[in-house]
Amino acid sequence: MRMALVCTLSAIIFVAPAFGQPMPPVPPGEETVDAYTISDANAGATPVDGQDLFAAFHGHEGISRIVDGLVEQVQKDSRLTEIFKASDFVRLRRTLKEQFCHILNGGCSYTGRDMKSVHADHGITTAEFNALVEVLQAAMTREGIVFSAQNRLLAKLAPMKRDAVTR
Amino acid sequence: MSRLGVACFALAMWTPLAAYAQEDSPAIDVETGGKLKLTRGVSTVEGQGGGGLTPWALITGNETDRGVGGTAHVTGVELPDYSLLSYGAALGLFDRVELSYTRQEFDTRDVGAALGLGRGFTFGQDIWGAKLRVAGDAIYDQDTWLPQVAIGANWKKNDQGAVVSAVGGRDDEGWETYATATKILLDSSLLLNGTLRWTNANQTGLLGYGGNLNDDHELMGEFSAGWLLSPDIVVGAEYRMKPDNLAIAREDDWVDIYAAWAINHHLTLTGAYVDLGSIATFDDQRGVYLSLQAGF
Ligand code: HEM
Repeated sequence: MRMALVCTLSAIIFVAPAFGQPMPPVPPGEETVDAYTISDANAGATPVDGQDLFAAFHGHEGISRIVDGLVEQVQKDSRLTEIFKASDFVRLRRTLKEQFCHILNGGCSYTGRDMKSVHADHGITTAEFNALVEVLQAAMTREGIVFSAQNRLLAKLAPMKRDAVTR
Repeated sequence: MSRLGVACFALAMWTPLAAYAQEDSPAIDVETGGKLKLTRGVSTVEGQGGGGLTPWALITGNETDRGVGGTAHVTGVELPDYSLLSYGAALGLFDRVELSYTRQEFDTRDVGAALGLGRGFTFGQDIWGAKLRVAGDAIYDQDTWLPQVAIGANWKKNDQGAVVSAVGGRDDEGWETYATATKILLDSSLLLNGTLRWTNANQTGLLGYGGNLNDDHELMGEFSAGWLLSPDIVVGAEYRMKPDNLAIAREDDWVDIYAAWAINHHLTLTGAYVDLGSIATFDDQRGVYLSLQAGF
């Protein structure tokens, strides 16, 4: 009982000031990460209006296949392998799916970290950012997403270059 | 005038280079490549990175802010009474500065004979250009309306001084400056560009600079739009206002519709249907424009 009280208190002290949700338990298969404040603001973009873009991405299943394809390719693309070699791909897949679903207005919450802190230590360049864009474009094309719809997602992601690219 | 042109070049080249040298002086490791396809633009008939007839604020070459790149191009325009050939090379430095050289040859074919210049008489022009990107980012700044903006200057020298003055042209060499703004609206897969050019060139300088009707530089508007169809293909249209300085021949604005295809990161093929209006009293110069650009 006393233990529970301490837990609750510390949760309130550490999390409440940021008005975020408490850290959930680590999902199976994922590594633990340092505590951070969970908030949709971490997704780095607000959702698009309407449901048409989410539908154009074939809903949850479409987004899931696109992200799986993307995460598979970044491990093979010679421009990106080095940067992703120590990544937790289980977590990356989950958070990316949440993020895309959130931005495409599919009604998901984003529970990952913010774009600035998660990319800060990777020393990403503009050329590497563009390499990732090309890999994502290829994954969206494989899913049969029309180019104009692809660009509406990319329009939301493009300004994140300011946070992701540090070199 | 020629001094001013040289000063413009020197300023445009020196400022960013000096800033870069200060930032990174000990170990300069220069990269190549990294731009997304088509985002270096194609080469205009005057050699700048842009559309076919008008420069864009994008910098030529595949380099990013960490490297250097370059392009070379060959362009042919087949008109009812004339043929224009343009070829040249351009350097892109740190996605910030663009330096270009282009040679233009304008074959008058039978018109040359009709005008007493001789069949196949050819006007030639050398164009040296410098462009400096000053603000914004056409591609990544998708959360604001602000475009990418660049300023530039061209120095042009015509080979046919005697004929230029015979048709009423004032000078066989000239300069022009321009400011250009490019915005890609990814949300609607559109590219928009507007350029303001301060010039007195007659038919881009092929008929000299300044004339008996007007010798002063004037501000000309140039506009292009492109619709992105895939990562490799853009189609669109351009409009370019032109001065009208020569008493003997009316000069018209230029219009075209174009399609550009990035075959890969190195080669881009552009085809267009151009309407160059009246040139040296011969009206309705509409024809086909084809351009191949190679770059790294
Ligand atoms: C708009 C572009 C991008 C978006 C939306 C994005 C999104 C994400 C997300 C959601 C995460 C996981 C966050 C978390 O674990 O809490 C992440 C992590 C990561 N991203 Fe990005 N990213 C972008 C660009 C890039 C680029 C260009 C690179 C490298 C070329 C990159 C490399 C990484 C790496 C290495 C991680 C860490 C993975 C790990 O440590 O487990 N990201 N990114």
